[in-house]
Amino acid sequence: MIDELAEKDKKKEKKKVENQEHRGEARKIEVAHHENEGEQHSLKMKAEGVCAWFGTKQALYDVNMAIYEKDVTAIIGPSGCGKSTLIRCFNRMHETVPGSRFAGDIFLEKDSIFDPRMDPVVVRRRVGMVFQKPTPFPTLSIYDNVAIGLRLNGMRDKKVLDEVVEKSLRKAALWEEVKDSLQKAGGALSGGQQQRLCIARALAIELEVLLMDEPCSALDPISTTKIEELIHELRQNYTIIIVTHNMQQAARVSQRTAFMLNGKLIEYDATEKMFTNPENKLTEDYITGRFG
Amino acid sequence: MNFDYQTRRKLTDRTMVFLCGAAAFIAMIPLVSLILYVLLQGFKRLDWAFLTHLPAPVGVPGGGMANALLGTLTLMLLASLVGLPIGIMAGIYLSEYGKKNKFAWAVRFTSDVLSGVPSIVTGIVAYTLVVKPMHNFSAIAGGIALGFMMIPIVTRTTEELVKMVPHSIREASWALGVPQWQTILAIVIRTAKNGILTGVLLSVARIAGETAPLLFTSFNNQFWPQSPDEPTASLTVQVFTYAISPFKDWQDQAWTGALVLLILVLAINLAARTFFKNPRGLLR
Amino acid sequence: MNPSAELTDNGGAKPRALPLLSFGKSGFADKFFQKLTAFFAFLILFLAFLTALTLWQASAPTFHKMGWNFLTSSDWDPINGIFGSVPFVYGTIVSSMVALFIAVPFGLGISLFLTELAPMKMRDPVAFLVEILAAIPSVVYGLWGIFLLAPFMRVHVDPVLEALGGALRLPFFKGPSTGLSLFTAGVILSIMILPTITAISREVFEAVPNTYRESARALGATSWETILLSVLKPSRVGLLGAIMLALGRALGETMAVTMVIGNTPQVSINLLAPAHSMASVIANEFSEAVSDLHISALAEIGLLLMVITLVLNIVAHLLVWATAAKFQK
Repeated sequence: MIDELAEKDKKKEKKKVENQEHRGEARKIEVAHHENEGEQHSLKMKAEGVCAWFGTKQALYDVNMAIYEKDVTAIIGPSGCGKSTLIRCFNRMHETVPGSRFAGDIFLEKDSIFDPRMDPVVVRRRVGMVFQKPTPFPTLSIYDNVAIGLRLNGMRDKKVLDEVVEKSLRKAALWEEVKDSLQKAGGALSGGQQQRLCIARALAIELEVLLMDEPCSALDPISTTKIEELIHELRQNYTIIIVTHNMQQAARVSQRTAFMLNGKLIEYDATEKMFTNPENKLTEDYITGRFG
Repeated sequence: MNFDYQTRRKLTDRTMVFLCGAAAFIAMIPLVSLILYVLLQGFKRLDWAFLTHLPAPVGVPGGGMANALLGTLTLMLLASLVGLPIGIMAGIYLSEYGKKNKFAWAVRFTSDVLSGVPSIVTGIVAYTLVVKPMHNFSAIAGGIALGFMMIPIVTRTTEELVKMVPHSIREASWALGVPQWQTILAIVIRTAKNGILTGVLLSVARIAGETAPLLFTSFNNQFWPQSPDEPTASLTVQVFTYAISPFKDWQDQAWTGALVLLILVLAINLAARTFFKNPRGLLR
Repeated sequence: MNPSAELTDNGGAKPRALPLLSFGKSGFADKFFQKLTAFFAFLILFLAFLTALTLWQASAPTFHKMGWNFLTSSDWDPINGIFGSVPFVYGTIVSSMVALFIAVPFGLGISLFLTELAPMKMRDPVAFLVEILAAIPSVVYGLWGIFLLAPFMRVHVDPVLEALGGALRLPFFKGPSTGLSLFTAGVILSIMILPTITAISREVFEAVPNTYRESARALGATSWETILLSVLKPSRVGLLGAIMLALGRALGETMAVTMVIGNTPQVSINLLAPAHSMASVIANEFSEAVSDLHISALAEIGLLLMVITLVLNIVAHLLVWATAAKFQK
């Protein structure tokens, strides 16, 4: 695993050297970029002793978890194990459920996102989310769906908006399919396209971490493949946490995998290790299909 | 014996099914008769002059209801100014913040009860609160009376329709870092806007046909409305006045006025339906 | 700095300090918006309070003069300042009862036809037509009432009723009839409340789970038996609510009644005699009131009318809510 990553890094560096040769003027930025590469896998988010309740029912028990920058972290487990609840704590969406409670702490870089001075709205701008069912705003056009985040945050400049919309749609691998129908309603797209629209919408605000709550469970296999390819692309720039009930998907897209059961984090390690040589008997049972 | 019992069962069944169908058929008779007569009698006097001229004195041929038509539109506008902001905002409160608190329960109940207050009583209230202190009848008083009537209707429909917006839409907006108030205004309301517009149109159609609360608030006027603090004619009051008058010409004009009123009200109703396909629950 | 440029560099950029986009804390704006909508919701409570207070104060002078006699006297003499509400209460209640007597069987028949019996293709058009009945302004009903219904009643219906009343020695139908009567008012009201009864009872019937119908069918019940057993029986309370809401509407209806009831303040058991109703006396006399006391007396009638409809509406709403809650469980 580590060898693989090292190899990848080498390839990238090689590419960069080539790029520098091609575009001399870009050198300065590339160097900066290069310096940053060394910091890859630095800590991006950290959950400490996270407990969560719905009313009196406890959904999470003392979860500790470190999320590394520009990794794809997969959370797997049988349904009802608390994986969705956990991911919803990472951008404080859990507290929007009436009667919910939370204990513990989650850090985004150095800041606690539960700091009383921290605005949940700002947290959610840095830590975006894509849901299980695609949720485009049905009466808004494709363009407005992507632009609305920025627009509601006070951005009025049409040129900037145009640019951001195009860039976000490109990043979400949707631009080519919709560039001629930007004014069509978002609800008119196919399921897979809607989900990519939701990803584009999240990317349009200044996002650092993307939470994906079973993003492919409502999609057909072809759309699923597209989303998975997209996750690989996005990993270059964003930290991604994905909840999935599909173990193959976790193995395909993630660098690290967490296994949860009954609201507890059973095991959390590099994906390769989790799927080949898990420490915990429960993990092994789940992965080999003995339950769940 | 057994055979007789079965026959009787069958006969009862046939009879009752027939009676239910007959009820539906008979109920159509007054509706058809009413619409037919309004059309037949109304078209006799319907011409461009009727829509553009002031009423003529008794005995003078011609004349129209242009001032009353304009007055009705003015009253609808004034009523909307009073009724829509309160109704829509209160509806938003009930659906977004009023899931399970006593205050919201009280508001919801009061609103339902207010919608049952007879319109003529609302007229007395508007008379006491507006006409008496101002010492004359006015379009403002009529608009306020109609606006009061709109409030419970608009509140209810707004609440119902905003509630219909799926929770996932709200969550998606929060996850984009959009604050709650902007989520409501820019996302939820926009998603429900067709439905809300339907509710608004239906309530406007309802008050456009109201007569009772106008009799002693906006009163009547034979001339063009000059300003909102003067007595103002309306189609409904004009139709009523002409209908109970002893003059044949005025009675004919009452039918034409009724036709114009009916077209106006049904047009708004139909327009409302094009925005939102199934407004059945909203019509009460 | 151009925000879009910032966005493209997001990948390699150093972690930014919060807040990313400068809008301050959202909490304050959220609180403000919530308080603002709550204020408008509060206005509804205030409006109800204002309505009650206004009517109470406006009717105070008559209450001082007449006291409880207002409720028991049948004299209505504005010139001499004597006011009794009995003829109006009587007219309102009797005309509404006549309306219910006619509209309830028709309304239930129509809604059963629409929910249980009619072919699917017919349901929506018929329902639409009944809804149009609800949209027609009451003054148009009144116009139709004066020029068509009242003459029709006088010539074709009332003589039959007179003959019937004479044969059976019933005091309810006695001639001669002018067509303008309590009975005609009741007929026109029944047409006007038909959509209310139909719409609400349709909702109540549609709320009955289909399994009820299927189990009755499975026992070999005919269409009508199925309706009796599995539709009408479980929806009794809801139907009562529908009828009471319709009654509330009939009590408060003004224009159509004013135009056909004959506007004569008298209490007569004869349904073919002219009468008066609470709403119609207000409509007729308010703008031409002879004295402040007269206005006050009309306001007290308004207060009385409101109290009656309020009690009715509250009970009706509770009934409708109760049935809705029952089926949701």
